[in-house]
Amino acid sequence: MTTIDALAATLRTVLGDERVISDRQELRTYECDGLAHYKVIPALVVFPHTAAECATAVKACVEAGVPFVARGSGTGLSGGALPRADGVLIVTSQMRQIVEIAPQDERAVVQPGVINLHVTRAASPRGYYYAPDPSSQQICSIGGNVAENSGGAHCLKYGFTTNHVTGVEIVTPDGDLVHLGGRAPDAPGYDLLGAFVGSEGTLGIATEVTVRLVRLPESVRTLLAAFPSTDAAGAATSAIIGAGVVPAAIEMMDALAIEAAEAAVHCDYPQGAGAVLIVELDGPAAEVEAQFVHVERFCRDNGAFEIRIAADDAERALFWKGRKSAFAAVGRISPDYIVQDGVIPRTALPEVLHRIGEIAAERGVRVANVFHAGDGNLHPLVLFDDSVDGEAERAEEVSGAILDLCISHGGSITGEHGVGMDKAKYMPRMYSDDDLDTMQLVRCAFDPRGLSNPGKVFPTPRLCGEVPGRHKGAHPLQEAGLAEVF
Amino acid sequence: MSVPFDGLVPATDSDVIAGVPARFVAAPTSTEEASAIVRGAAEHGLTTVVRGAGTKQDWAAPPRTLDLIIDTGRLTGVLEHAAGDLITVVRAGTPLSELADKLAPAGQQLAIDAPIQTSTVGGTVAVNMSGPRRMLYGTVRDLLIGVTVVRPDGVVARAGGKVVKNVAGYDLGKLITGSYGTLGLVTECVFRLHPLPAISAYVSRRFTSVGEAGHAVAAVLGAQVVPTAIEVDAGPDGVVEVCVLLEGVPEGVEARVATVRTLLGGDHPTGSDTAPTWWSAYPWAAGDVGIKLTAALSTVPLLLAAGQAARERHGVPLALRGSAGTGVLYASLPGTTEPATVAAVLDDLRAAATNASGHAVVVTAPSPVRDRLDLWGPVAGLDLMRRVKQQFDPDARFAPGRFVGGI
Repeated sequence: MTTIDALAATLRTVLGDERVISDRQELRTYECDGLAHYKVIPALVVFPHTAAECATAVKACVEAGVPFVARGSGTGLSGGALPRADGVLIVTSQMRQIVEIAPQDERAVVQPGVINLHVTRAASPRGYYYAPDPSSQQICSIGGNVAENSGGAHCLKYGFTTNHVTGVEIVTPDGDLVHLGGRAPDAPGYDLLGAFVGSEGTLGIATEVTVRLVRLPESVRTLLAAFPSTDAAGAATSAIIGAGVVPAAIEMMDALAIEAAEAAVHCDYPQGAGAVLIVELDGPAAEVEAQFVHVERFCRDNGAFEIRIAADDAERALFWKGRKSAFAAVGRISPDYIVQDGVIPRTALPEVLHRIGEIAAERGVRVANVFHAGDGNLHPLVLFDDSVDGEAERAEEVSGAILDLCISHGGSITGEHGVGMDKAKYMPRMYSDDDLDTMQLVRCAFDPRGLSNPGKVFPTPRLCGEVPGRHKGAHPLQEAGLAEVF
Repeated sequence: MSVPFDGLVPATDSDVIAGVPARFVAAPTSTEEASAIVRGAAEHGLTTVVRGAGTKQDWAAPPRTLDLIIDTGRLTGVLEHAAGDLITVVRAGTPLSELADKLAPAGQQLAIDAPIQTSTVGGTVAVNMSGPRRMLYGTVRDLLIGVTVVRPDGVVARAGGKVVKNVAGYDLGKLITGSYGTLGLVTECVFRLHPLPAISAYVSRRFTSVGEAGHAVAAVLGAQVVPTAIEVDAGPDGVVEVCVLLEGVPEGVEARVATVRTLLGGDHPTGSDTAPTWWSAYPWAAGDVGIKLTAALSTVPLLLAAGQAARERHGVPLALRGSAGTGVLYASLPGTTEPATVAAVLDDLRAAATNASGHAVVVTAPSPVRDRLDLWGPVAGLDLMRRVKQQFDPDARFAPGRFVGGI
């Protein structure tokens, strides 16, 4: 009996036959996450329903020395939930109970498989909502959001997942259940919660999450402004931010992205626009009204040739429809595409967009730009046709060049999608060996065996030296001459 | 006295941390110099404590032993203020007040209205010090977007960066924030900034009962006025004052002030463009006992009531003050209070905080009192914390004993 067979037998006794998948055809369903060009068929897939079951599954993996990967809804765009062929995929999507909505504490307690938007749906009758709103919010899970520190259009004003999670119950990579943070703020000790959120499944698996609920705003005003160019739209953005306005969101799409959105969802954006901006303000009515006038003026002063103001929620939804469907919409104008997620200082936007244009032209590749203009998070969509020889390689080149461009402007290789499998190779371009080594000290503290989602985030694993509880000494592999410490 | 390596000078009588005298002092002027000193300290096995402005050295437990103080007094200055990008890069020894002065001409702020503005940026990060406006802006952990740290082995590591939105790698800034100098020496910080509001208005009302004050706070929380802060001050006389800060543009603030006046009750509330004298100040003075209490938001009145009960039961002039809008209160007792009495009061407050899903942590106390107390109370995840410390500082040389669980 192989290690995996034995592990499957153990897990079946704990979880029951129907919650352990080992059939190769069925396993195929889980071979990739939202980044579909990486595919690996896992050795086993399991579905815990409780934290205790999840802990048991992890413990069984640890005892068998088998790596494990957590997966929520599988919508991630960096291959963070890409399975291991020699490992177990622990899927939390059946842990989808909303444990408590506590508006009086501005908190909700949910299981990791709960869908992001469902938290808001449950809280909104009480006048509250969950602020982080990734574009996939109708299907992505809170557990996945915690792993990736997901953002969204409205994080410009409200912050990211990490600013909205106050507590987690986790299964550590040892298989222990530990609480970090809680319902009250500022738990004593190291902010391990802060380190855990965004650790992409490498520090353990969240089994319960306490999130902040935010009071629904009294007023929301949204405008759609059409500009002749991205430069003009960028100048309007600078004027808005420079005036001290903090909009809930400022989103930009260039001509190619607009073309795709029109083809896909008929969002009816103004004709002939080189760029559109969606600007949304929310908050107390009097505050929003006063600032909205300025925002409108900044757009006009910077060359907006058409400004539409959403009259109601339906019209607002239409403005957003084009933006939120942009990634998928690109499929209408190109058979294949790569989505990037680089970040630049917002003021570098015009320069970087021009350079992206040049890079694309040099390589004969089309790039559509959709981005969070307020915080400089770009989502260049690099278009290609995989059936044409060499196009995929050229697209990959352009994609890498764009990330280099972001780094050279003091930015980041990922603003919200995570590093995962996809961008691990770019980490050394952004951080020194010492920086990465230091991050991995945390990894070694949590997961000295390196079994929790190995191969993600870091291009080169660090040997952790000693497993806690043992005395200092050379790593067994090192002693045996099988590995070097680096 | 001779020094073990270049860059150190012998300590003077004033180089004492929480009653523990140091042997040597170093004041590096750059991250590189700091790294060389920390490397030297590692080679010579020197226990090390970092000192900024020295405003909070009586916080937490004293170091178990102390060879070297690394003073950040020469690691100062704002390296970059990118106003258009709303970020700043600042060296750790820079006082908060100096940073505020540098940012204000551009109409911007680092939104940490910490009670001790003479504190350095590094000291503020080390203890995660926060003020009333944390309700809207969050705390250090939410505003620190990049950090440069000299590890206890002297290696210089950076995490985060200069853009607000960044999920590349672990968020070491959050781990460092509130670590009381036990994981290394912070030399540079990158912060997210916010625009200064056009105007600010404070609406206050005094209540004679904790219950009434609690209802008023709940009413403001439930409204859609987006307060920047809701503070409460409950002195030993039993009067509870609630003060709400509203910030924004003049037209907007005017309307919100009117709403909050109504929510606080009739004609009684007073409005002002200046803060009450107690605003953003700890209720304790030097030498007193200071305790931080946290609670789930709706149970803040339980903490206020527990404070009142402790006052009566133990006959002490306990004062409570803090952020009713976030669930963080600070309690104080005179430094002359009998250690046994302080211990009994702490037990009561800790029981109340635990019932309120929060914690009671002793921030500062005179040493005879401190020696009798469990400063931190129960700490979830302590085993993982020890493992993190073990990885960063295996010989336990940085601020040994100062943190939770003797870390």
